[in-house]
This record gives sequence, structure tokens and C-alpha cells, in this order.
Amino acid sequence: MSAIPEKRFIPDRLGTSATRLFGSWEALLFAVAVLIFIANSLASPYFLNAWNLSDATFNFTEKAMVAFAMALLIISGEIDLSVAAIIALASTAMGAAAQVGIGTPGLVAIGIGVGVGCGVANGILVAGLRLPSIVVTIGTMSLFRGIAYIVLGDKAYGGYPASFAYFGQGYVFWVFSFEFVLFAVLSIVFAILLHATNFGRRIYAIGNNEFAARFSGIRVERIKFTLFLLTGLMSGIAAVCLTSRLGSTRPSIAQGWELEIVTMVVLGGVSILGGAGTIGGVVIAAFVMGLVTFGLGLLNVPGIVMSIFIGLLLIVTITLPVVIRQFRHRKSA
Amino acid sequence: MIRQLFKFREMLLVIIIAILLAVFSTRSQGFATPGNLANIFNDTSILIILALGQMTVILTKSIDLSVAANVAFTGMAVGMLNAAQPELPLMLILVVALGIGGVLGAINGMFVWKLNIPSIVVTLGTLTIYRGMAFVLSGGAWVNAHQMTAPFLQTPRQLFLGLPILGWTAIVIVAVMYLVMSRTFLGRAIYASGGNPTAAVYAGIDVGRTRFFAFVISGTLAGLCGYLWVSRYAVGYVDIAAGFELDTVAACVIGGISTLGGIGSVAGAVLGALFLGVIKNALPVINISPFAQMAISGSVIITAVIFNARQERRRGRIILRDRGASEQIEVAA
Repeated sequence: MSAIPEKRFIPDRLGTSATRLFGSWEALLFAVAVLIFIANSLASPYFLNAWNLSDATFNFTEKAMVAFAMALLIISGEIDLSVAAIIALASTAMGAAAQVGIGTPGLVAIGIGVGVGCGVANGILVAGLRLPSIVVTIGTMSLFRGIAYIVLGDKAYGGYPASFAYFGQGYVFWVFSFEFVLFAVLSIVFAILLHATNFGRRIYAIGNNEFAARFSGIRVERIKFTLFLLTGLMSGIAAVCLTSRLGSTRPSIAQGWELEIVTMVVLGGVSILGGAGTIGGVVIAAFVMGLVTFGLGLLNVPGIVMSIFIGLLLIVTITLPVVIRQFRHRKSA
Repeated sequence: MIRQLFKFREMLLVIIIAILLAVFSTRSQGFATPGNLANIFNDTSILIILALGQMTVILTKSIDLSVAANVAFTGMAVGMLNAAQPELPLMLILVVALGIGGVLGAINGMFVWKLNIPSIVVTLGTLTIYRGMAFVLSGGAWVNAHQMTAPFLQTPRQLFLGLPILGWTAIVIVAVMYLVMSRTFLGRAIYASGGNPTAAVYAGIDVGRTRFFAFVISGTLAGLCGYLWVSRYAVGYVDIAAGFELDTVAACVIGGISTLGGIGSVAGAVLGALFLGVIKNALPVINISPFAQMAISGSVIITAVIFNARQERRRGRIILRDRGASEQIEVAA
């Protein structure tokens, strides 16, 4: 927060729609994605192969599903750091259910149900009791994963029914996996929800000025509650896909994903302060992150070193616009 | 001054901790003996020091999620330094630890100060980067007890008046932090920049610079804890203190430090840390699985946040909740 009044740069006309399109964050990100794609195909002879690329999508589809809902939440000015813990708890619940012989439809219902339940709990705490979401979700994050640890300890659940494997390992058509198709469908659903409905406009209004939004008759608490529920729901769906793909559940499942999901959202051009961002940006960011980690994986870079790149990516992408703005500022002044 | 030290909140925590100790000692005779209490305090020392660093940052309306990663990197670095150059005196190693920690904190602070990037994003990024750097530095190898020198390992264990040096270190840091927060310009500036940043600017306080120094304090203390951690557990590896940043936030929240900034005390942070320490040490005594600890601290964080919000609401009359109104909450000194 800068309290010192700054000299403002106000352009006297809007750019043409073409310059705005090419100057947009999404265009820049798309260029980065293309560059990484080219670099990957030059760096590794195994990269350009339809099945290989299809495998690469598993790196980001589950995270991206949660990232869509997280994007809405961050645009509204809140955040949910408990998503990875919700995935762990939902996965644990499904594992416990599988041990007593519940079939695939039941398992999916339990996974999604637990996700929604956790989302509702966050929603009640943040929207109902009006508590700050960062601290609340840090608390629920330890609570949800803590319950998974109480249930599982150092053990693991396995033995899922064979038909359950479809969600994480099945293919709808040729190289297009069930997860990738679900990711594509959800991206369209969320794009419509955010960019073409009243609900979406209200999310932006709350993120830009909650005070004004309240006075214009927007039920701020109800929308925030819905967004937390939605985030829980998406975490539940991601838990189904991830559990099905791995075929086993440990309490440490999806550890640290909250960071990667927030990174994906912010990388996609969503303002961490709320009020701005698009689903398109998040989709491209998902591809960028998936391509980076997959490319590094092909080059035998260990996972923890990859996380340095993700962290750097997060900081650089947030810093770059600020630095450029300051630079322009100085030039125009 | 005594009344200031024992405000309602701190007194309540003292009473709760006393009740907990009484309950636990009915289950196990030896629990509340002076020797065991000294052990618990010693065991909690590192958390107390880190919580004080976290407190200074939270007071300025920021958050430092990179403290645990800072501990891991600094701990790894000084452990390897000690193993490689056993002839270096301990004092020099301590200076190196404080220096590395301070620089890592300063990096966070520069992003927050010069580029105005939200601290949660910066420290989420540096959290992975610092821990990744610990891996790069060590190549994933461990520093084991036999590689470290006797003074490096034994100094914090030396008993002085019945309490190890580690515990005394925490007491000294608590005293220094109390003086800094209540008796120096920086300490008062830290409260002011969190309590009401706009008013702080008009009072001639550079809010960004104050935040920078808060991050430097937090980083330096984390550096100190890096050495203490490796020495106490006699092993250094990449994953030390993983997830410990949440414990530091939890200690602060339990201690009544408002995540909106400007409210909180050194005594609160210390008592919050001690509360967690007592619970952690009591779980095996009352036959609860250590796996339950995460869920318990999660529930405690949520309860404390709810409790804090009620108290803060009583201070200021908030008709409609918004950022402006929450900033008007008076600075509790």
C-alpha cells in the first residue's frame, strides 16, 4: 500500500483494440508458452510426440481445475490456502470408503461431498463470521490435513475398484485423457461464469470495491460463501482425479499444491489484490507451468529444483509489470 | 507498565496454560515439575524466537511465510560450513547464520518495500526458492552429527542455572524484542505502520522502510534459529522445519496478534508459542497420537481467530466491514 501520493500517468486516449490485445498480459503469457514449447522440443528429442504431450497435461489438469475456482476467489479479494488439505481429506475419505467396499459412484460422491463440506466450513468462517480468509484457511489447512493424518498416520490406503481408475487414467478419445477433457470443459464453464454472467460481474465488483458493491445491493457475503463452496467442490473433483490417477492415498498427498495453484492463478494475470483477471489467462498459465515442469522433468531436473523455478516464475511475473510501470513512470515524468 | 504487560488477553492465556498444566499433571505425576517445565520451555525456545520475528512482520500488516525455509537454508549452510571448516570458531558461525538469515529477510523486505508487492505473494515464492536453494547447496545430502564439531553441537545444551543455553537464548531475545518494540523508534514505527499506515505516513514514518526492517528482523531471527535447529537436533537436511511457518503464525494468532496489523504484544507471542509447546509436549503424556497435533493446532488457530475477531470488533464500531473501517481500529499499545 503506497500512502504517498504519486504522479499519475493518464493516457489521453485508449489504445486501438489490436494494441491492447497484443499488449495484454494474456498475449505476453501466450508468447512465453510458445517459447517454452519451442525450447522444450529443441532440448529433448522425446518432447514432440502426441502421447508424450498428452502425458504432460497430467502435470497441470488437476491443479488447474482448482485454480479456476481459486481465480474467482482471488478476484473477489479472498484466498483459500486450504485447497491442498481439502484434496488430502477428500482422498482419505474415499480411501476409507473403498476399504469397506463402496463402489465407484459412491466413492466419487464421497470425494466431492467432502470437498463441498470443507468449502462450506471455510465459507461459514470467512463469509458468515467475517474473519480474514488468509488466517482462517491456514487454520483449516492444518485442520483438514490433520484429520487425514489422524485417520491414516503413516499408513496408506489402496485397493480402489478397477472402474475407479478411469477418472485419472482413462482416455475419452485418442490421446485426450478424461482429465484433459474435464479441464477443457471446466475452463469453458468458468469462463462463462466469470465473463458472461451477473454473478461474474459481481465478483469483479466485490474485488474492486467491496464497500461500493455492498451499497449497490450486492450480497457480498452470499457470493463469497458460494465462491468458497465452489473452491471446495473443485478441490473435491481434483481429489477424485488425483486419487484415481495415483491409485493410493497418503496423508501427504498434494502437499504444497496450494502454493502451485496460487502461483498458477497469479501467473495467469489475476491481481492478488483482487478485482482483475481472466480465466483465459489462468488456462495459459496452466499450460506454461505444465510445460516448464514437464520440460525440466525430461531434462532430469529434480522436483525441488523445479519448485525454485516455479517460485521464481511467481515473483518475476508479479515484479515485471511493477518494474515496467515504474520505468515508464520515470520516462514520462 | 506491569498493567500493560498483563492485559486481559495475556492474563487469560497464562490462566489457560496454567489450567492445561494442572490437568496434564493429574494424568502424569512428573509433568508439572520444574525440571519438566524447563524442558518444555527449552523445547519451545525456537518457536518462541521465530514467533517474535513473525510478530514484528504481522504487526506491520504483512506476513512472512518464508521463515521455515530460511531456517532450513541457514541451518544447512552453517552445518555444512562447520563440517567443511571445523576450525572456525562458533562466534563466526553464529555471525554467518545471522548474516545469511538477515540477507534472506532483506530480500523479502526489498520486494515489499521497493516494489510494493503483497508480502504473502513474495514470501510464498521465496518459501520454495529458499528451500530449493538448500537442496542445491547440499545436493540433497545430510549433515550428520559426527560431521559437526563438539562446540557447534554442545554449546546450546550447556546448562546454566538449570536451563540450557538454548532456553537462555530465547529469554535474551524476548527481552531484546520487548525493548525494541516498546522503547525504540523502530518498534513504535512498526506498530504505527500496521495500525494505520496513512496516519503513519503523515507522522513522518516511512511505512515501506519500516516493513523492510521488520522482514530483516524476522529473517535474522530465522537465521539464528537455523543454527539452533541444526545444533539441537544434531542433523541438517533439506526438509528441516518444513511447515513450521504455520506454527509461527499460529503462535501469533493465539497470542492475540491481529493479522490486520498494529495490535499485539511480545508477551502475547511468547505465550502463544508456549501454549503450542505445552500441548505438543503433553500429547504423548495423555496418550494422544502425535499425528493429532496438526489437527489440534488447526482447531486452535481457528478458535483463536474467532476469539480475536470478537475482541477487535469491540474496540472499534464497525457498521459495515471494509478495509477502511478495520484500519480505524485503534492501535493497542
